[in-house]
Amino acid sequence: MGTRYVVIFVVALTASVAVLLTGFRQITKPVADRNEEIFNKRAILSAVGDYLGEGMKVSDLQDDQVLGIFDEQVQQVTLDMQGNEIEGVKAEDIEMAKEKKKPSAERKLPLFIYSQGGEKFYIVSIRGVGLWDEIWGNIALKSDLNTIAGASFDHAGETPGLGAEIKDNSAFPRAFKEKEIFKDGEYVSINVRKGGAIDKKHEVDGITGATVTSDGVTDMLYDGIKNYIPYFNSIRQQSMR
Amino acid sequence: MAETLEKTAAKTAEPLFGKKEKKLLTDPLNDNNPITVQVLGICSALAVTSLVWPSLVMAIAVIFVCAFSNLFTSLLRTYIPKQVRMIVQLVIIASLVTLVELTLKYLNYPVYKQLSVYIGLIITNCIVMGRLEAFAMANKPWRSFLDGIGNGLGYGAILVMVGVIREIFGKGSLFASSPFEWKIIGPSAEYSIDTTTSWMFGWYANNNLMVLSAAAMFIIGIMIWIQRSYNKKLVDVS
Repeated sequence: MGTRYVVIFVVALTASVAVLLTGFRQITKPVADRNEEIFNKRAILSAVGDYLGEGMKVSDLQDDQVLGIFDEQVQQVTLDMQGNEIEGVKAEDIEMAKEKKKPSAERKLPLFIYSQGGEKFYIVSIRGVGLWDEIWGNIALKSDLNTIAGASFDHAGETPGLGAEIKDNSAFPRAFKEKEIFKDGEYVSINVRKGGAIDKKHEVDGITGATVTSDGVTDMLYDGIKNYIPYFNSIRQQSMR
Repeated sequence: MAETLEKTAAKTAEPLFGKKEKKLLTDPLNDNNPITVQVLGICSALAVTSLVWPSLVMAIAVIFVCAFSNLFTSLLRTYIPKQVRMIVQLVIIASLVTLVELTLKYLNYPVYKQLSVYIGLIITNCIVMGRLEAFAMANKPWRSFLDGIGNGLGYGAILVMVGVIREIFGKGSLFASSPFEWKIIGPSAEYSIDTTTSWMFGWYANNNLMVLSAAAMFIIGIMIWIQRSYNKKLVDVS
């Protein structure tokens, strides 16, 4: 078999495979994209999972219900790093993974304000690194902008049973409830402590065997929530006036 | 005339699902198991088996990729240039894996999210390429297809067995993070046996070693030992 045959064969094979896969992707794309949107919105809502209304759980919500709640009860705000609102960009269209690669001054921040029964919850998106890959999450703050109402985490490739527990073990995000990010007026975030929380108001228990992931969550929380502080301060000033 | 007669004779001699075909399916389950006998695909067997559910989905995905890459390679075997055969095989495997990924995204996005890393790992699974090289390049499509299914099953069976052992003793549950989660034993009321209240199992604690990849190494080692102790064919007498 000559070189010519080899070249023709390989080109023909790769071309046909490429056409096949692109075609398949194009056909499945609309459904796959909608699945992704619902998946992301569900993750955001699970941060306020305890405030969805009587007896409702995020895991029981139908796909349409998720989209409905988002349309009716969630106000989307896009912020720049100075805490100013940016017009014309929907918060749900911001990809945190892309924002993280930009220089820090140019990043955009998504903020979801969820209203339920007259109370407002501020859901912030944060992103960091675990042991193997990126980790991310959504943290819901009560309207005092200090107390955590709920949290949800996810990861790209943490070890199942260890680092992956930040998502798989519902007790981990639940531990963040009612913790406070300010200590005597100073921003301290929440610390994930190896060996167990000491300061019950600002710390949660670390995951045994997943110290690097736990530390990653601590760093992600500190750096991530910090970005929103300028905006929170401006809200506080407005309400004081 | 004589030629056609010979051909029909050859056809009847090769039934669609005879003894040889059956052997292609059953051989990799025991005598020629890809993991415990050939010791291939160990990397993913260690990485994904801490829970049963990912092991099961991984097993199904590998059965699919193994069967169809064998089929397509066998169909193309007379046309594949020998100089680039490995690259061609890799193209076939990689496209099938991408197909699996896209299908998962379409059918069940949460499972795709959970397994995306592992699905990609199938491309590097030596079992798939090993079967292409050892079998599909020299055999007819139907048999290659069966061989692929057999080897996928042999791999998957071990994966699920290791997964069951690791999850029960490491996490006290079965099928965690799937719709059929069953919490068996653990320190809260969510589990069938609650170690905080049970008088019989108050001493019980999960074995954290089981969650680590190293545990799979021990379990597979013990499996090989057990298999060899009753299957004398596998013992190398030389």
